[in-house]
Amino acid sequence: MINIKDLSKRYGKKNVVEKVSLTIQPGTITSFIGPNGAGKSTLLSMVSRLLEADTGEVLLDQNNVKKWKSDEFAKRVSILKQSNFMNVRLTVRELVSFGRYPYSKGRLTDIDEKHVDQAIDYMNLHDMEDQFIDELSGGQKQRAFIAMVIAQDTDYILLDEPLNNLDMKHSVQIMKILRKLVDELGKTVVIVLHDINFASVYSDRIVALKDGKLVKNGPTSEIINSASLREIYDMDIPVQVQNGCRICVYFNSHG
Amino acid sequence: MRLWMLIILGIILSIISLFIGAIDISISDLLDLDSDKLQIFLVSRVPRLLAIILAGAGMSIAGLIMQSLSRNKFVSPTTAGTLDAAKLGIMVSMLFLTNVTYTQQVIFSFAFALAGTFIFMQILDRIKFKDVIFVPLIGIMYGNILSSITTFLGYEADLLQNVSSWLMGSFTLIIAGRYELLYVSIPAVILAYLYANKFTVAGMGEDFAKNLGLSYKFILNIGLVLVAIISTSVVLTVGVIPFLGLIVPNIVSLYMGDNLRKTIPHTMALGVVFLLICDIIGRVIVHPYEIPVNVTVAVIGSAIFLIMLFRGRAYAKK
Repeated sequence: MINIKDLSKRYGKKNVVEKVSLTIQPGTITSFIGPNGAGKSTLLSMVSRLLEADTGEVLLDQNNVKKWKSDEFAKRVSILKQSNFMNVRLTVRELVSFGRYPYSKGRLTDIDEKHVDQAIDYMNLHDMEDQFIDELSGGQKQRAFIAMVIAQDTDYILLDEPLNNLDMKHSVQIMKILRKLVDELGKTVVIVLHDINFASVYSDRIVALKDGKLVKNGPTSEIINSASLREIYDMDIPVQVQNGCRICVYFNSHG
Repeated sequence: MRLWMLIILGIILSIISLFIGAIDISISDLLDLDSDKLQIFLVSRVPRLLAIILAGAGMSIAGLIMQSLSRNKFVSPTTAGTLDAAKLGIMVSMLFLTNVTYTQQVIFSFAFALAGTFIFMQILDRIKFKDVIFVPLIGIMYGNILSSITTFLGYEADLLQNVSSWLMGSFTLIIAGRYELLYVSIPAVILAYLYANKFTVAGMGEDFAKNLGLSYKFILNIGLVLVAIISTSVVLTVGVIPFLGLIVPNIVSLYMGDNLRKTIPHTMALGVVFLLICDIIGRVIVHPYEIPVNVTVAVIGSAIFLIMLFRGRAYAKK
C-alpha cells in the first residue's frame, strides 16, 4: 500500500505540489490527470523517490520511502519516465535484463533469465530481442522499456506519460498491456496521462490535480462527468457513453 | 569484428613494433645475452611497447567511461578539459613547489584532472541545450581556457618549453624507468570492468539508475576518478594523445552497442591496435627518424572523426 501524506514541493516561489494526500489502491490502474503544470509528474517523481519532497511523506507499507534501502525499494516500486530520448545502444534483451539489476547486480541467475524470457514473451518482443533499441520504432521501444519494468517484477509500476509520441494504435496497445498487468499479474499501475479518454476507458481510479492541488480522487465513473471535468479543466466537456466507455468530447467546432 | 581477431592483430603488431627502430635487432641478437642489442631491446623497445599498450587501452577506456556517463558520444578526455586540467596541475606544481618531486607532480596533476572533469560535468548538468555537437564544443572551449592559463603561467615563469613537451604525445622518450606510472592505469581499467554494468545503467540517465536502486552520484564519482587516474598517467609519461578516447569507443559502439560489460574488452583491444598502427607508421615513414605518435594519431584520427561526424551524426543523435 502506498500512502501519500501532505506532500508538497516548491520550485522557487511556485508551489508545484501542495499538500497532496491520497492512497494508491493496490490492484488498480490509477491515472493522474490535470492541465499542464498541475504537478502530476512531480508527484509521481516524489512517490518513486526520484525527487525529494519538501514537506510531507510517502509511505510504502507504512514505512517512509526515504527509509527503504535502494535495492529493496527497487524490488517493490519501478518508475519509467519518458524514454524517447534514450540514445544508448543496448539490445532489447540487454535492456530487459537490466530490469533484474536489483536482484542480481548484473550477474544473471537462471531465475533472472526466466524472468527476462517471460517479460520478453509477455511484450511480444521475441522477434526483435537482439535488435538495438535505438533502431526500434517509438511503440516498440516503449514496449521494450515496459518489458524491462515487468522483469523488475515490482508490485507498483509508475509510468510518466508513456503514450507520449505514440500513435493511436500503439497507445491503445500499451494501455491494453497495462490493463493485463493489473488484471492478470495483480500489479498496481500509476500513470500520468494527458488524454483524458485513455484515462477514462482504461483506468480504475482517477486522481485529478490542478495548480499542484488535489481536486478529485475517486473511481473513474465518479470523475468522468461534465461537472467534475469543469472543475479540473475549466472547460465544458460533454461526456458520451459509447459501448460502455465514457468518452469526453472536448472538441468544439462552435468555438 | 571478433575479439580474437583484434587480439591476434595486436600480437602481430606488437612483434613488428619490437623489431623496428633506428638500430636493427633480429631475434638471433636476443639470444646473445651480452649484446648491446639485447640491452636496447629491454631498455627501450619493450618499455615502449608496454607504454603503447597501456596508453592505448587506458585512453580508450577513459573515453568510453566519459561517453557513457555524459551520455554524449563526442565527449572524451580531450574534449572535456581533462587533459588540459592535468597539464595545468603539472604547471601549478612546478610553480608553487620548489624542487618538485615526481610524486608531487603526479598528485597535483591527478587532483586537477579530477577537479577539471568534475567541473565540466557540472557545466554539462546546467546547460539546457544538450546537442551532441554543442556539448563537446563547450568542452573544447573549456579545455582551451585551462590550456591558456597553463601557457600564461608557463610564459611568466619561463617554463614554456616544458609545456610544449607535454603537449606532444610521443613514445620516443619512453625507456625503462620513465613509463612505469602507466601501470596505475591497470587497476583503473580492471575497476572499470567491474563497474561496467553500473556505468551502463548510469549511462541511461539518473532516473533510470535510481529506478534500479543504484546511487547515480556514487557511480559518477567513481567514473570520474578512474578517468582522472588514467588520463594523468598518460599525460605525465606519454603526453597528450588526441582523438584516441573519442573514436575508438565510437567505432566499437557502432558494431557492438553500449553494453560496457561486452564492449570494454573490444574497446581496449581496438585502442591498442589503433595506437600500435599509428606508432609504427610514425616510425617507418621517416626511418631512421620518427614522427611523434600524436601527429599520426591526429592525422588518421581526425579523418575517421570527420567520417563519423558526417555519417554518424544521425547515429549519435538517436
